[in-house]
Amino acid sequence: MSDNLLEIEKLNVDYLVEKGEFRAVKEVSFNIGRGEIFGLAGESGCGKSTIAYAITRLSKAPAWISGGSIRLDGQDLLRLPERELQKIRWKRIGMVFQSAMNSLNPLMRVEAQFHDVLRRHTGCSHEESRARGEEMFRLVGIPTHRIGDYPHQFSGGMRQRIVIAICLALRPELIIMDEPTTALDVVVQREILEQVVDLQRTYGFSVLFITHDLHLMAQLCQRIGVMLKGELVEVGDVRQVAQAPRHDYTRKLWNAIPQLPGNPHLSGVLA
Amino acid sequence: MKAEANPVVADAVIRLEDIKRNFGPVHALKGVSFSLFPGRALALVGESGCGKTTCARIIARLDKPTGGRLFFRGQDLTARGEAKDEHQYRREVQMVFQDPFSSLNPAFTVSHHLARPLQLHRQSGSRADLPEEIARLLASVGLEPDVTRQKFPHELSGGQRQRVNIARALAVAPSVLVADEPTSMLDVSIRKDILDLLAKVKRENELAMLYITHDIATAAHVAEEIVVMFAGQMVEWGDTDAVLSDPRHPYTRLLLSAVPDGSRPFVTGGSARFLEQAEKVRSLSRPESTVVEQVGSNHFIRALGVSG
Repeated sequence: MSDNLLEIEKLNVDYLVEKGEFRAVKEVSFNIGRGEIFGLAGESGCGKSTIAYAITRLSKAPAWISGGSIRLDGQDLLRLPERELQKIRWKRIGMVFQSAMNSLNPLMRVEAQFHDVLRRHTGCSHEESRARGEEMFRLVGIPTHRIGDYPHQFSGGMRQRIVIAICLALRPELIIMDEPTTALDVVVQREILEQVVDLQRTYGFSVLFITHDLHLMAQLCQRIGVMLKGELVEVGDVRQVAQAPRHDYTRKLWNAIPQLPGNPHLSGVLA
Repeated sequence: MKAEANPVVADAVIRLEDIKRNFGPVHALKGVSFSLFPGRALALVGESGCGKTTCARIIARLDKPTGGRLFFRGQDLTARGEAKDEHQYRREVQMVFQDPFSSLNPAFTVSHHLARPLQLHRQSGSRADLPEEIARLLASVGLEPDVTRQKFPHELSGGQRQRVNIARALAVAPSVLVADEPTSMLDVSIRKDILDLLAKVKRENELAMLYITHDIATAAHVAEEIVVMFAGQMVEWGDTDAVLSDPRHPYTRLLLSAVPDGSRPFVTGGSARFLEQAEKVRSLSRPESTVVEQVGSNHFIRALGVSG
């Protein structure tokens, strides 16, 4: 067994369009180590989300994976029968998307949504899933008595944390986070991502973290890949990509986000 | 972006005085006061739900305040009810919205989007001047007139659409431009270009601009003045330089500390401390308070209220 949890090799994903096909992901290869937070950066349309969907084979027509391999622990996910794959989704690979907070069922109490996922994958009872749900609520900092509430009773940031909690409940080895905090304001974003980092250190899962914000990415990732028009143009250690980017586009992305003038040194928020 | 001498209230194009807005039991605005001046931008910064868009809607007269007064060039609009110069006001105050994909009509060309306001609002100029006017507008927002004018919205990128929206707003020669999160739905690599464009049109047209954002770092990029809002109250305001280099209110400090900064990685075990701090700052900042403290020549903070 190698040190890599996920190995993507020469992945191609095409979209069928009016005239032939459009290659959205071109020969992309990268690895994610065990316990590593790997960042994939790029703007809309560069193919980063297409990769996220391809990993769990959730790509929907007109997208289709036309080549390459995606190995989880050496096992090629692209060759697995659908039934086998269902055991991997959620259980071994969790997913948190940008609009995940809207993916909770508005008609179901959160407790029932925990049970839904847990029963399906572990066959556990209501009591067990409630206990597990409460444990997860504690982990993401939501009072446990609220587990019986409906999604609309929570703020956007809390709903996003609930999705992360449901995702963590099955102790996946890899969590794919596609712009998980883009719809939230900066303070809530920081609260959630600091938690993700702490949980990652505690439980040792790997993360594929997708965003357009390189500055944010550099705060939590160990390695970063930069995508441009379907190609992975740069991969490297966070320090190298930040301090000595090799590709012009990487430099452009770094400069794209207006930064604060100077750094007001805020020793403590409540100073 | 250094401001000259601070403008005096008499020069204000728009002035909000103790504006309040209640939605049932929810006090969305608890007495907001600020002015917009020609050729200057004011950034309204805060988290979702803090009341910044409600302010924009009141200024654009898409909504009415529950209390307080709204002045346009010294005239109290709130005292007059439905003004007969409503048409004129709509021309003077223009908006650019967040979503460039839904703010243009998909069935019409760029040309149509610019011709409509020109025909409806411009007093001078004849029909024959229209193509020329449209070309001038497109060029002023950095679009190639001959290429762009016959295009439909779906043929344009998000950034190009936002440029068309800005051109549409400028078509009627407004004196006030309200831009509500104009870049948050655009690709990162073009956000700065759009902010630069807004700064340019503000300068060239002497526009009084209200720039609304949750991103305090972009506020620094476009605005001379900044107002930080939390839970319907202005908590800290003044010259952008002063507020950003010497933030005094705990909420402003929290907001600044949360801006992503690649040179400061998260530290293990940091989440509990940050969450605790954020919660403490919120509960300190939420209670209503009418006590304002001046901490610089144009730099103010609201004293913390007493909860309960």
